[in-house]
Amino acid sequence: MDVALAKAWLDTAADAIAAQADQLTTLDAAIGDSDHGVNMNRGFGAVRTALAGAEPDGVGAVFVLAGSTLVSKVGGASGPLYGSALRALGKALPDGPEVDAAAFGAGLRAGLEALRKLGGAAPGDKTIVDAYLPAVDAYDAAVRQHGQDGDGGLAAAARAAAEAAAEGMRATVPLQARKGRASYLGERSIGHQDPGATSTWLIFQALADAAAP
Amino acid sequence: MKKFINHPDAVVREALVGLAAAHPELRVDLEQQIVVRADAPRAGKVGLISGGGSGHEPLHAGFVGLGMLDAACPGEVFTSPVPDQILAAAKAVDAGSGVVHIVKNYTGDVMNFQMAAELSGDEGIEVHSVLVDDDVAVEDSTWTAGRRGTGATMLVEKIAGALAEEGGDAASVAALGTRVNEASASFAIALTACTTPAAGRPGFELGEDEMEVGVGIHGEPGRRREKLRPARDIATMTLEAILAAKPVAAGEDAIVLMNGLGATPLIELYLLYGEVAGLLESAGVRIARNLVGNYVTSLDMAGMSLTVCRADPELLRLWDAPVRTPALRWGV
Repeated sequence: MDVALAKAWLDTAADAIAAQADQLTTLDAAIGDSDHGVNMNRGFGAVRTALAGAEPDGVGAVFVLAGSTLVSKVGGASGPLYGSALRALGKALPDGPEVDAAAFGAGLRAGLEALRKLGGAAPGDKTIVDAYLPAVDAYDAAVRQHGQDGDGGLAAAARAAAEAAAEGMRATVPLQARKGRASYLGERSIGHQDPGATSTWLIFQALADAAAP
Repeated sequence: MKKFINHPDAVVREALVGLAAAHPELRVDLEQQIVVRADAPRAGKVGLISGGGSGHEPLHAGFVGLGMLDAACPGEVFTSPVPDQILAAAKAVDAGSGVVHIVKNYTGDVMNFQMAAELSGDEGIEVHSVLVDDDVAVEDSTWTAGRRGTGATMLVEKIAGALAEEGGDAASVAALGTRVNEASASFAIALTACTTPAAGRPGFELGEDEMEVGVGIHGEPGRRREKLRPARDIATMTLEAILAAKPVAAGEDAIVLMNGLGATPLIELYLLYGEVAGLLESAGVRIARNLVGNYVTSLDMAGMSLTVCRADPELLRLWDAPVRTPALRWGV
């Protein structure tokens, strides 16, 4: 993972979120307040602008800038949650313009921990965590299994992460929400896919797409 | 979607431009997206700050002024403000006596105000917080994000604002706000969903003969859907839910807020208030003060929320204290 790939990932994620914004908002209308796509699109659009005008001196700095931008621009729960995750990812990475796949995996996990500390969600609560946690587990397993030969290792791990995130996202459908606005619906939240888990999948899919050889 | 707007993305900002034009006594900072009392910061006075998603007008910006809020931080529609806004508000109103955040209990609001409190602390500003969670339609359990902050928010802002105006310190103002919240319970019913400018379509569909029971103020679906019933039955079920959660005994005083959610005409709110007043009188509860109108809204949702606050002489005295804001003014 180097500065160029970090920027390409966030750029790809911004494209995917822009393309899927209506879909995210539709999912949010069913069990939330109809604004997840709008907010994520505003936030990642701002990230794209911030990165275009910046020359970060390391991979970590890219993610810290992106995370701070989300915290400053999004509001709601998704701004602090994704923003804190990206900031923690950036801060966990070793200094330098390039980090290996294992270090990046440790950063992804640090991001997950920051997000869980802030949001207090456990697996099965029908949140971002239900896509993010399996994605990080799959990423680490792939790195352990296939080694980490440069970005080839990262590409394979990112693909595994995206697949696991998709599976986790789909598995939120039968769950009853226990955190966030969907929890107010009680049993009526069952049968709907979680918008947060869906945007998390988009972000991991963007990583796989950006890292693909 | 039919709305008086220019572009969905510009609604909040352009509404603030209009607020500034209508109320030169307020300082509207479009850059920071905050609304501040023109005379802030005031020496010796605690700064009372609230905020939340836009779409609940007049909450919160309409309650900025003498005897109520020192600053409001409007977020995007139904989206909490960001920490930078709340920090900017704290800097604008803190006169060295600290600030009190009035926060509605939603995941995003709590996170952003918490982050802002940490940033403010780094800047040497003392921050106390009141968490408002009066909506008894939601069970307060580990299975939910906890009860929502709804109608009682304006009662907290009025009563805590009066104490802050009198010179109460930050800890006392926050403690009083918490006491008002604990004495209050709300329950809401919707006849239609609302349409956010960005989504352009209603959040859910309700049949002509249906009502959504236990809704919040963000257009989210409620706890359950039922057949529409006469106003008397709706007043009864709403009041029963409130009193089951926060009883008011015979002989006690109450402040009652019959609040419209945006698209319900006053004639229906008064009709409902008449039903509620009759029911409370039968129960021996004295409605010491009341408000009927649109104070904590949900864009263009047709619906109502009822808030009952068990009152005591101190709360009533502070309720009666002078207030001069765009949406609430008396005694001045």
